[in-house]
Amino acid sequence: MLLGPSLAVSAVLFALGVAGVLLRRNAIVIFMCVELMLNAVNLTFVALAQSLGVAGQIFVFFVMAVAAAEAAVGLAIILAIYRHKQTVDLQNINLLKG
Amino acid sequence: MSLTQLVFWTFSALAVVGAAMCITRRSPVASALWLVQTLFSLAALFVVLDAQFIAVLQVLVYAGAIMVLFLFVIMLLNLGRAGPSDLKGPAGLAVATLLGGLLFFQLLRGATPSAAGTRGGNVMAQLQEEQGIVGAVARPLFSQYLIPFEITSVLLLAAIVGAVVLAKRKL
Repeated sequence: MLLGPSLAVSAVLFALGVAGVLLRRNAIVIFMCVELMLNAVNLTFVALAQSLGVAGQIFVFFVMAVAAAEAAVGLAIILAIYRHKQTVDLQNINLLKG
Repeated sequence: MSLTQLVFWTFSALAVVGAAMCITRRSPVASALWLVQTLFSLAALFVVLDAQFIAVLQVLVYAGAIMVLFLFVIMLLNLGRAGPSDLKGPAGLAVATLLGGLLFFQLLRGATPSAAGTRGGNVMAQLQEEQGIVGAVARPLFSQYLIPFEITSVLLLAAIVGAVVLAKRKL
């Protein structure tokens, strides 16, 4: 049983994803870091499903469906922003800045 | 160290290295390709953790579809060349390291498996022996979780319409 190590690896991946979101300014890379965090959580679900039953794996299935939908819509938004501003650098997208 | 553990730690290391490279490479294409490595390694970890069906889905959906979508958008926006670094300055790096590290230690503290986590033994392996690898996931998906499954189709339809509306130049 590799439950403990799996949860540790998942924690590392999630923390790296958060660090990436805080570290980068390129909208696409930030989006990839969000996908990384989703995958870290999927690893937790699968590791716990091994001993707690199949519900965890089914949840991973739904997370993947939502992630696919989210990627499609999010990338379309990034495309629209690029058409509007000619950049995907979040420093230049500050319309809501007070 | 058993073979399972060896495979597990090898692919864990590959996944973590891929993630670290993904968040530090300057070129978005390099970032995306390192992320693909992480996603493939995670698929291998899923196999080790008795989730073969989910591992196949991971390769098909994440490494296959979502990352291709990412690379296509990078290509469309012509961001392939590494421009001036988009990493934040030393202050950003300090904040990211601090918050990431803090979160990591908090998660690790909560991640020590309790008795409840390991009580049942390996339930998944038993289920797969009785019902088959796909059957163990498919049976509850089409009975107990049928309504969420059907709602997913509505979600995907909404995503298709939303993506087309957002990405089209003129409706």
